Formats: sequence, structure tokens, C-alpha cells
Amino acid sequence: MRPFTYERAGDLSEASRLGANTGQGQTDAPVQFLAGGTTLVDLMKLDVLRPTRVVDISPLGADLAGVALTSRGLHLGALATMSKVAEHPDVRRAYPAIAESLSLAASDQLRNMASLGGNVLQRTRCPYYRDPSWEACNKRRPGSGCTAIQGYNHNHAVLGVDENCIAQYPGDLGVVLAAFDAEVELSGPSGARLLAFTSLHRPADGEPHLETNLRPGEVITGFNVPAGAWTRRSLYLKVRDRSSYEFALASAAVGLDMDGETVRQARIGLGGVAYRPWRSPEAEAVLVGKPLDEATAKAATDAAFAGAVTHGGNDFKPELGRRTLVRALLQAQSLPVSEAS
Amino acid sequence: MPRDTAELFGKPTPRIDGVAKVTGAARYASDEPVANPAFAWLVTSAIARGRVGGLRLDSAKAVPGVIDILTHDNVGALAQPPAQMDGGPTTTTLETDQIWHDGQIIAIVVAESFEAAREAANRVEVDYVAEPPSATFDSPGVQVEPHKTTEDSKDPAKGDAAAALAAAEVKIDARYSTPTQHHNPIELFTTTCVWDGPHLTIYEGSQAMWGLKANVAKQLGMDPAMVRTISRFVGGAFGSRGGTTSRTAWIAIAAKRLGRPVKLVATRDQGFTIATYRAETRQHLALGASRDGKLTAFVHEGWEVTSRPSGYNVAGVDTTARMYACPNIATAVHVVHADRNTPGFMRAPPETPYMFALESGMDELAHALNMDPIELRRVNDTKIDPVSGKPFSSRSLMACFDQAAAKFGWSGRNPKPGSMRDGDWLIGWGCATATYPTNIGPAAARLAVTPEGKVTVQLAAHEIGTGAYTVVAITAARSLGLKVDDTTVMLGDSSLPPVTVAGGSNNAATTANVVYKACEEVRRRLAEAATADPASPLHGADAASLQLKGGTLMGPTGASEPFKAALSRVTGGVLEVHAENAPQGSKPGAVAGLYEGKSAMVRGTGRENVTTFAFGAHFVEVRVHERTREIRTPRVVSAFSAGTIVNPMTAHSQFMGGALWGLSAALFEATEIDRKTARYVNHNLADYLIPVNADVPDIQVLVVPEEDDQVNPLGIKGIGEIGIVGMNAAVANAVFHATGTRIRDLPIRAESLL
Repeated sequence: MRPFTYERAGDLSEASRLGANTGQGQTDAPVQFLAGGTTLVDLMKLDVLRPTRVVDISPLGADLAGVALTSRGLHLGALATMSKVAEHPDVRRAYPAIAESLSLAASDQLRNMASLGGNVLQRTRCPYYRDPSWEACNKRRPGSGCTAIQGYNHNHAVLGVDENCIAQYPGDLGVVLAAFDAEVELSGPSGARLLAFTSLHRPADGEPHLETNLRPGEVITGFNVPAGAWTRRSLYLKVRDRSSYEFALASAAVGLDMDGETVRQARIGLGGVAYRPWRSPEAEAVLVGKPLDEATAKAATDAAFAGAVTHGGNDFKPELGRRTLVRALLQAQSLPVSEAS
Repeated sequence: MPRDTAELFGKPTPRIDGVAKVTGAARYASDEPVANPAFAWLVTSAIARGRVGGLRLDSAKAVPGVIDILTHDNVGALAQPPAQMDGGPTTTTLETDQIWHDGQIIAIVVAESFEAAREAANRVEVDYVAEPPSATFDSPGVQVEPHKTTEDSKDPAKGDAAAALAAAEVKIDARYSTPTQHHNPIELFTTTCVWDGPHLTIYEGSQAMWGLKANVAKQLGMDPAMVRTISRFVGGAFGSRGGTTSRTAWIAIAAKRLGRPVKLVATRDQGFTIATYRAETRQHLALGASRDGKLTAFVHEGWEVTSRPSGYNVAGVDTTARMYACPNIATAVHVVHADRNTPGFMRAPPETPYMFALESGMDELAHALNMDPIELRRVNDTKIDPVSGKPFSSRSLMACFDQAAAKFGWSGRNPKPGSMRDGDWLIGWGCATATYPTNIGPAAARLAVTPEGKVTVQLAAHEIGTGAYTVVAITAARSLGLKVDDTTVMLGDSSLPPVTVAGGSNNAATTANVVYKACEEVRRRLAEAATADPASPLHGADAASLQLKGGTLMGPTGASEPFKAALSRVTGGVLEVHAENAPQGSKPGAVAGLYEGKSAMVRGTGRENVTTFAFGAHFVEVRVHERTREIRTPRVVSAFSAGTIVNPMTAHSQFMGGALWGLSAALFEATEIDRKTARYVNHNLADYLIPVNADVPDIQVLVVPEEDDQVNPLGIKGIGEIGIVGMNAAVANAVFHATGTRIRDLPIRAESLL
């Protein structure tokens, strides 16, 4: 860890002013926002992130930590902790996939500290990113190359990757937010704006060091998750070797709107397999208007992984991802759901 | 002639150091207070083969608080590499500019604070002269050679295994592999060095107090009498702190250069490369049997990775060849030199990997014979060591299988693979043999007792988490007829009488037998004085028949006198004895060697008339999801039989912890290597998987009573390592039963079963 200046932002405008050089998630951005600190401090100790200024936005928590369910949907404050949202009765009832994605993530201690805003921005677990003694990492050092592509890539992404970076997005909540059409509320130097959650993280597209479409100084203030029949009949299935406290080998967020045996609408997100929070409209399209059974579920998963690219160590991922999604779809179909809102 | 061991031992006794441990009062090496320490941080290599061409230190030196940076250039000539437990060479660090492996120490920054040292270390720029490294098996450039054997350690061989295999009615022939694994004791690798004039004190978690002292003294060219090592508590060792590693001497040199204490707490990831590890193995196993299951041929070969210079290997065929009766045995072991750090002891070093192959193979053979796997072991059970022809001093293997099977409910098993399920989960039940040789080492101990019955026992033994303080307290107090609560035990200090290395599960047998000997000396002196004193109610009795019991000196007829009276007759103050014990079978000079820091053990396979092993049996249930193939382990039953159990409470923890680690070795643990660069990539406890609480199944431990008066006078067999042995195979066998898929490469993960 290197010396840095620590400052506390008393309000959003101060946060944006102090955070004017936060960049778009570049590893070498000189300023970093600090909320729960569970990913930032870790990476500072590893000498990966070397901010000269850390702007603590936790004083904003009083205003930005709410959880509210309305007829339009669910609003989640960006500084609400993972544990608070995971345990919230409205979330558990009306958006079970969100509650499950949070309670299956990390450990109790981390969930008590980590904020939702920080959680969706969690950086990759790629070992070549997280250890600066590796020379080549396009995400950490633009243009230096990618060691993982020919190296140890057991838990690297197979969807949304390119020849510059195969880092996996490690989060869980983001997968559900991507599937559920969530939008992100932002506050920055030029005011507030809304962004589709699926536009928050940038695709690989040759510039993996740019992680997000945030503008310098922008703070995530909250998330809106629209209401829909699929949120109630939803689940998050996380497959991993260890029973707890492990990142997904493959995960699936599934929300279904059923008309009897027929799928009226589906929402499908995939985790543990993709470069960024991944929604699969291809898989959703396969299911719409069809009965959900083993055959249609498999057809949907084939569509979801049609573009998968593997690199040796992660050759198992498409098959495990497909099986995970089939299991999640059939499990979601059999969920007991009350139709009342 | 020892007392009835059942009278002395077997009572569950809480750890005498338990309160100190859970309250933080127990001082681990880096907790020892030293005045005004400077803090060291290791700079380690980012390449696995080549040289340090140059170090650019300006930026590091500019960090406020940096005091000194040790490099090959300024200290390289001041120390020799540490001697290895196997007697052979190993890799160097600052002695030369050569880089042998990833993460090798290439510089040490010393600063006023931990944080400044860390920052400066991050600012050291290294110019490497890199060469392409060889990572592991199949990498270009590895060198393969047969391991070195000695008169004491030949590869087991008997009859004509090749011919017998060719003629066998039923056979299996398969290849297995086990991965690289690291001990990861929760206490990090630390060293604190303090000089007082010419005297050096080293605070470092160690399994060999006198060994560390002698070895560092030799490295630094010092008289060992000027070096003291202190390690009162060790936060896990598992073999990783048995040998001396490179960091210690350099920290001593850093402290000398500064004229003040220097403290090093290496990081978790550095622990993967500055210490030792369990190297990956490949194995070939072929078993031949007659239709009734009797083994006719046994062939077991191993390949083990080691560093370029070291011939370190574990050669577990020496154990596997002795497990079952078989007239034809052929074994071989090869070492594969790669650009890696030198491996070392890790819990049951030979048995954990090699019994995986044997016990998987036995399950495969049972399946091929359409025979229950327990019955296959019964058919091949033997009271005679098939390699040496000597009898086992005791062997309760089948009693362990039968009692554990009953507890587990094995009779309810449908042997057909894939036949048992619960909803979407496939159920599999598997079992395997556990074993570990019974070893004992020479030791010395000092014991002092007051008329009030307060006992102090001192020896440089090692509390590595196993309950060593309590073993000593129980032995002393019960042998003297006094109270455990009135007993003070001092361990982990080389200024105390020497004890052999705490390895090979010898600690309980070694320490209990020497402490018992000291107590016996107290008893003898009290008894001889009492029987000679006309004023004593024991006057005229046979001194040999008197016992210390219940706070008295007691004769066979029931006549007795209080301990205080008996002791006061011998001394007005404190009675102190110094005992030394060379166990039966010790080589000449074993005790003298202790004082030179040499670790000699009488091994289970090195006895004159008997072979000594402990045995056990593991049973495990696995559940495999039919679609996504995650493996869960809801329950385990393990039975062990290991002679006299000194303290059933801590023994239970040892057995249970071993079984749990066996599960971990089967399903989770593997150190991953970047093959191109020969560097470890998951060197942290997030990515190096070990079980969490949610993975910890219901583990039931059974102890099958066993008496063995041949292993040592107190009948104690070591139990620290046996628990891990065979569990990996039991899990693999259960996975086969659940799914019909035989996995021969560890760890077994969801992806193995897709």
C-alpha cells in the first residue's frame, strides 16, 4: 500500500468535486471512491490500485441506504449493505433472485461491510490482474498483453471476451440486475442521470482497462428494478465447488412470467462465465411462447452459450453453464409463487 | 516395568493452555515483545529461472523510514544455505544471484514500520536475466531420475510381480495423480531476531527447536551455544516448520547490521514460495488377484516433482507395499527436477498421496471382483509385514473397518454405482484404509517437584496445536500421583533439554516416554529412601513395588505415606531430575546427537523384530447433483486404533482434523501453476480452496481400543497424521459409487464429473 490522502465527502456535490479524477475504472486512476472498502482496500494492499486520494462516500449513507418497494418497482440505495438488502422482507418476497444473489455472495463479514454500489463494481478475480508482479495484463497495464489467455484460466470468462482480455466479472447481484432491466442512478459534476444497468460495464472491445461508462466524478446513488411478473418467480442459482464463500463456477439468474405451462416472458442472466454482468436475450427469446420443459430449456441454454470462447482451463464452463441454466429454469418453473402483488 | 497405562491415560483432559490460547495470552513467535524492533519485508522473484541482473533501489530507499536493504551484493557472503532434513542440497537465496524458482527471496527491506517496509519493497525494481523455466510434469526441460535409495530405505521388492501380474485372474492397472498442496498454517511464517552482544535469540514457530538452533548457527558460522530459539506456541505447522528455511539467517544478519531487533512477518502469498509444500505426484498402480480376491501381484510406481538441486521425495511405496499380504511386489520412485522451490514434509508426507492410489485401486479391484471393498481388505489382511517378513506389533485394521461400517450403516449400501439417490442428488458411499507408521525419537527432559506436589516439567518439545503441553502434564501428574492442575509445563525453548523434531507423529510417544522416565526416577528415589527409613510405614518393603498414587507413596499392601513426607525425606527443597531416553532400536549416539540438533527417529519400518503402524478406516457419504455435479459430503465415520490414547479429548481433535483435511485434499486443495512461467497463481486463501464451515460434515470419530507393549513402554502410537491418510481415496470411491465415474486425479471437482 502506498501513502494516500483520505477525504470524506459530506454530500454528493462534494463527492463529485473531490472525485473529479476517478476515471472509468482504470486501475491507475489517481482517485478512488471508498464505501465498504471490501474490494478497494484489498487491491490497495496488493499494490494493484495505487490511488493518491481516497474519497470516502460513506457519510452519504444516511440518504443513500434505503430500500423501497413501490408499484413501479424496487429502489435500492447504493450505500445499502449487501446484508441489509439480502435480509429485507420485501426483497425476499418480491425479488427473491436479488436476495439470493446477495446472500450467496461473499461471507457474513463482507456482506455487513460491502455496499451495493461497490458490489456491482467489484473488480475481476483474475490472478494476473490481482498481482502486479505479472508484467502482462491489459486491464491493469493497457497494451501489455494478457497472460491468462495462455496461462491459468480455470475461472475465466467464456462469454463477451476478446483477444485482449478474458477476465471474468465475479459478482452475483449484477447478474440479476442485468437480467431484470435495472437502471442505475448516477450523480456527477454535471448533475444526475440514469443509465441502463447493462450499459454500466463496458464490453471488452479492445480496451479492458476501461471498466465502466461512469464519467469522472460520478457516484452511483441507487438502482431501480422495474416491477414485472418475472421478479416474483425468480431465483439465483450459484454452482461452485465449496458450499459457501466462493465465487461462482457458473450461475444463473432466472425470472419467469408463466401463462400456465407456457412462458409469457423470461429474464435470464448468467454469472461466473462472462466478462461483464450478462443478460441472454437469445435464451429468453427461445422460451417465449413455448412450454418450459427439458427440451426447450436446453434449446435456450444452447442459444445462451452459442458464442462461448474457451481457452483450455475453462473448457468446462460452457457445459457447466448450460447445465446450471437448465437446472435454474426448471427450478424456477416449479417455484410456488402467489400471483398477488 | 511401566504402570498399567489405563490407570495413567485415557481420561479426557482439557488443554492446560486452552485458556491462554483463547484469551490471547499465549505468545506465538511474532507476539513476543521485543524492544524497538525494525520491520522486514521480503522482495521475491517474479521469474522462476535465471538471475538477478540488477536491483534498482533508489525509489525504495527514498521511502521515509527505510533503514536498510539486504541483497546478494551486500550480505550474500555472510551465510551458507540451511542444511536440509534429507541431507541433500537445496535452492539458494541471497547467497548468489541465481533464481531457482518463483517467489524466491532476492532482497529484504528493513524499515521503521511494517508499512514503510512494504511500500519500499513494492518500489524495488528488478532487472532479471530470465531463462525459460520448467514448471512441472511434461514441461520441456524437466530432468527425471530414479530417487536415491539407501540401505535403510530400499524400494520394496519381492518375488516376480511382472509374471504374477501377467498370470493374475483379475487385475487392475491405472494411473493416478495428486496435486501440489500447501500447508497454509494460519500463523504466517515469521522470524524475529534479537542480538545481545554475541548472543542471538530467534523467535520463530518451529517443530525443531534444537535443530533450528544448530542449523542457523552453522549457516552463520557461530557456536550453537550462542544461539537460542524460542517458539512457545505454534499456530499450525503440519511439517512446514520442521526444517530450517532461508529467511531465518538473513533476518539474523539484518538485526546484526542494524544493532536492533528485526521482525519479519511474511505474507500469505510469500508463504507459498519461501517455505515448503507437498509436491504433485503421478503414480502407476497395478494389482493382480485370484478370483477369491487374494492379491498375487503388487506394482506401485511414483513420480514426484522437486527443485533443480534437491532430491527430496516421499516414496510412499514403502508404506503401500506393506498394507496387504502379497507374495510379489515391485515398486519404484522417480524424482522430476523442475524450476520450483524444494518441497518438504506435509502431514503424512508419503501416505497422503500414495495411499490415494492404493486405496482407490483396492476399490477398483473390489468392483472388478464384484466383492465388497471391506471384504477385499479382510481377505488380504495380514499380521506379517509383507515386505520385511516381521510381524506387525499390533494391527487392528479390520476391527476399525467393522466398527466404523456398523456405525455408518454400510450394510444398507446397494453396491451398484448410481443406484442410490435422494431427489436430484446421487448418493455414494465409499471407504478406505488409513495408516501411519509408529515412530519415536530420543529426548531429554527436566522435572522438578516440590513437597507440596507442584510439578514443573521442561523440555524443548513443540506445541504445534496438537496438545503437547497437556500430554506432558498428564504424563507427569498421573505418573507422580499428583494433579494436572498443579503441573507447569515449559516447552518450545532451546535452552531446555532437547527433543527430536516434532514430525512423523512421534511427539506424544517421545515426550510421554521420557517424562515417564523422569517420574520413574522420582519414584525410585522416594521409594528407596522410604523403604530404608525405619520411621516410614513403608520401611522394609520392596522399593520396586511402591507406587505414587493419589498424592501418596503407596505399597502393595496398602500402607502409604503422604507425598510430602516421602519427598521431604530426600530433600528439604525441590527434587529435580534430568532424564534422557533413547527408545529401543535407537542408533548409537542418538541422545548425544540431540544436543547437536540432530533429529533421529526410530521408524515403524526400521525396528529389529517388529513393524509398527497404526491403522484406521474411513467411511464417507458424498452427494453429487445429477445435473451440475457439485459434490457435497454430509457425513463421515472414521475409526482408528492407535495403542494407548494419552488424552482422548485432543486425540479426537487430531483424528477429526485429519479426516477433514483428507476431505479437503480430495475435493478442494490444489496449488495452481502457470505452466509457461512456473509461477503459482492461487497463492492466497480465497483462491486456494479449503473447506468452510458449511462444507464440514458430521464427522464421527471412533477409537478402537488397542494395547501394544512392543511399540514403546507406554504403548503409544502417534495419531497426528493418520487421520488424513486414505480419506482422499474414500471420497473418490464414494464418487464412483454415486456416479459410476472413476476419478483418479485430485482434486475431484464438479468439472471432473460433467
